[in-house]
Amino acid sequence: MSGKSESAGNSEPKKDAVLKYAFYLGCATPLRERAYEISARRVLKELGVKLVEMKGANCCGLPIDAVNHEMTLALSARNLAIAEKKGLDILTLCSGCTGQLMKTNKHLKGNRGSRERVNRYLKTIRAKFQGTIEVKHLLRVLVEDIGFEKLKTYIKRPLSGMRIAAHYGCHLLMPSKYLEFDDFEDPEFLREFIALLGAEPVRYADEKECCGAVIAGVNLDLPLNLIADKFRNVKNAQADAMTTICPSCHLMYDQYQSSAEKMFDETYNIPVLHFTQLLGLAMGIPAEELALDGLKVKPEGFLTAMAQAA
Amino acid sequence: MTDNAVESEGVKLQTPSRVDPEFKHEVLSMPGGETLKYCFQCGTCTSCCPIADITDSYRPRTAIRLAQLGLEERLLSSDTLWLCAACYTCTDHCPQGVEVKDVLRVFQNLAVKKGYIPRVYREVGKNILNAGYAHKISKFKMKKRIAIGLPPLSETPPAHMEKLAKATGFHETIAEKEDKE
Repeated sequence: MSGKSESAGNSEPKKDAVLKYAFYLGCATPLRERAYEISARRVLKELGVKLVEMKGANCCGLPIDAVNHEMTLALSARNLAIAEKKGLDILTLCSGCTGQLMKTNKHLKGNRGSRERVNRYLKTIRAKFQGTIEVKHLLRVLVEDIGFEKLKTYIKRPLSGMRIAAHYGCHLLMPSKYLEFDDFEDPEFLREFIALLGAEPVRYADEKECCGAVIAGVNLDLPLNLIADKFRNVKNAQADAMTTICPSCHLMYDQYQSSAEKMFDETYNIPVLHFTQLLGLAMGIPAEELALDGLKVKPEGFLTAMAQAA
Repeated sequence: MTDNAVESEGVKLQTPSRVDPEFKHEVLSMPGGETLKYCFQCGTCTSCCPIADITDSYRPRTAIRLAQLGLEERLLSSDTLWLCAACYTCTDHCPQGVEVKDVLRVFQNLAVKKGYIPRVYREVGKNILNAGYAHKISKFKMKKRIAIGLPPLSETPPAHMEKLAKATGFHETIAEKEDKE
């Protein structure tokens, strides 16, 4: 079975096998951040990764964990069961979905009581969690299943001279006992990814600061403070752009950047590109096919500088 | 609830009118609430919290202390309970192994049971019940997907959402208490 992976972190890149995954879209990507979906699909096509759509899938459950944890577990487990039936690991785009699905997966695999309880919920819809698959964010697939060495061979148009700030976000790193990926206090994977594209990963203050998306519906002022703080730091470091790996982080920094500028009467004008868009550009995929026009903060200055530096 | 008394110097004192020593046991019995008992109030959670960093009104350590003391109503009725950004920084930094974020989530779940729930969560909950997605699905966007060559968005059977909601009690918290916000 292709797309199967061993436990996180120690799996060898599968150099020649055709990678195939159950593709979990989540909610924010298709309904709020379509440019991320378009660029991700485009890049994965170029990399020869096969995606099997998850028909009938639902929200990962994270957005209502605060309301009813049991329903969150049931929603996650239902998604996992859909992929289990296909015999495929799940590939995700959203860090929030990744965290929720991974936590539920690992918790239910290791805890018989919870597994039996959640399977009682699933029985009402004739589904069953078996614990036979893994969940991986696209970036982790690039790191662990394709491998940066192989990915490097796809870079046709290095982003030389471009200074790019990495926004890691929270849910690909924490809680670390479930994610087991990079060092949650000093992660490196996204900076290495930026360097692989031929660009310069910019260091800035408070790189790990959260975007605050989870509370935006309750209190938008607090996340706007976080956003302003982020862009002040990124601007101080003289970055040309910032990149994100999660649709919710992206939504906060791209869609709400102008709100933060207005709130503090400051100008940031930092384009925030999905990491899939940067990868696509470096792979030589035409900008039109990467939905760069889907960004609210226009990346034209970035693209011009990129063309000049090339 | 708390009664506010004002001392002669103008210092406000909060006098708890109800302490429930059983409350902590209720938290400990819920999935995710088990580690409440390990908290020794060092304050690492608050000091590393990105929200506590920018507002004085949110303090995870205080929330945990209120639960340990049994000040249930004061804790569960508080608006600030909903300011947790769910980043898990506290959980990963706690020297006692308290699953801080999960304990806070147990408080939120208990608050919902008492009828305290921010409007946005009702909306998201209803969206999930109706179509399986956290956001409303617009017909315009669905047409646009097809027009630009994306596969149609997968449809979730609403009956599945309804059945899971009934089995987990979610139905009760979202749908049936709608008028009690």
